[in-house]
Amino acid sequence: MPNLQPYQNPTYFVWLIGGLIPLMIGLLRGKRWRLYETGLSLAFLLLTFGAEKYHQGLALVAYVIFEVALLYLYLHYRQKHNSGWIFTAAVALAIAPLVMVKLTPFIFGKASLLGFLGISYLTFKVVGIVMEIRDGAIKELKFFELVHFILFFPTISSGPIDRYRRFLSDYQTVVSKDEYLEMLEKGVHNIFLGFLYKFILAYLFGTVWLPQVGHLALAHGGFSWWLVLYMYVYAMDLFFDFAGYSLFAVGISYFMGVKTPINFNKPFLAPNIKEFWNRWHMSLSFWFRDYIYMRFVFFVMKNKLLQDRILISQVGYLVLFLIMGFWHGLTWYYIVYGLYHALAIIICDMWLRFKKKHRLPHNKATKALGVVITFNTVCLSFLIFSGFLDKLFF
Amino acid sequence: MQTTILDILEDLTASDEVRNNLDLNLFETGLLDSMATVQLLLELQSQCGIEVPVSEFDRSAWDTPNKIIKQVERLS
Repeated sequence: MPNLQPYQNPTYFVWLIGGLIPLMIGLLRGKRWRLYETGLSLAFLLLTFGAEKYHQGLALVAYVIFEVALLYLYLHYRQKHNSGWIFTAAVALAIAPLVMVKLTPFIFGKASLLGFLGISYLTFKVVGIVMEIRDGAIKELKFFELVHFILFFPTISSGPIDRYRRFLSDYQTVVSKDEYLEMLEKGVHNIFLGFLYKFILAYLFGTVWLPQVGHLALAHGGFSWWLVLYMYVYAMDLFFDFAGYSLFAVGISYFMGVKTPINFNKPFLAPNIKEFWNRWHMSLSFWFRDYIYMRFVFFVMKNKLLQDRILISQVGYLVLFLIMGFWHGLTWYYIVYGLYHALAIIICDMWLRFKKKHRLPHNKATKALGVVITFNTVCLSFLIFSGFLDKLFF
Repeated sequence: MQTTILDILEDLTASDEVRNNLDLNLFETGLLDSMATVQLLLELQSQCGIEVPVSEFDRSAWDTPNKIIKQVERLS
């Protein structure tokens, strides 16, 4: 049996589109053929997690059984009680497999047996459900739909991170023919734009230019114009590669009648860093905003742990971006990347308050200046993130 | 109810625009952010006695003064 990684090569797309056609015919006729869809999902999961990757497949099965059992247990508990400690324990257990997978290489020097492609993204979805059960926003779980949500194959490897209630409402309704035709059109558009991004632009920036520029920067050593160029080339590669992948994932979801949220919205045109995070890897930053930042701020304010509201928001940003940094990996440059963004957004907030207070002018020129500053701030953060400085200086 | 909400919003945004245009998009204009949103939820709790968990806060359903008023009326 062959092994195919999602969206990596033309063969995958040929099989995928072929497999989706019956499903699309069904949706056009107002029917969601669940049995077929389930079979198709299993087949594609097997393609990705079968053959030589079977150990990942086993880890995935074990993971899903564990997390689903945990969700049911917590829901059962939450129907009668609501202790903050049990909630904290449920979140800790939900992230435990991910933490182990992240820590194992650091401690034992080899990859964990529990790891599989996409474990982070599945964990984000599960933790979101735990939090919404706590809030009473999720009062029941539907087993089949829950497993389908967690294992939704178009987004399994790297998101975008959808939300259970949103997914469920898409999955339980079949859109009208006109609306579905519109979704197909958007899907096709996304997939072709994805081809341009991932297979042409990311290829040029990442596979052709990046190694050359990197080589020159290393040969020169220290700070050089090659390093500056490396920074921009890396930023472009990162964007086109991930945005391209995300376009595929969203496009294929649309074909399946599911409106998976988008991940990128012209991030390099953001006028400030705060706005940048509303446009870059959006499903992740919104996840962090809703499930970490807002809950942290809510908790601190409600329990009056800190008085100064500005300070609360600054501590919130530090918590958010440090967790994001640690999630990327236990390496100095990921942690510094997190701190850097926390500081950038704190400074941005100070500036926005200053600007409001002194009624500073706001026009096209100031906005353009903002875009340039933001773009360069972000590119520098990606250079830190790339780990290239680690190679260059250490 | 409407006056209470508009008072809270005016206080949070430090701007009277919220009174003049009830369909103003509070997030796109930068008048509200996540921090101010949490303050709004806490104020609604203490002044109007309605509990809105963070999970129920979907930006697109809460992005104008009018929509916020509608949400509060629905929840109270």
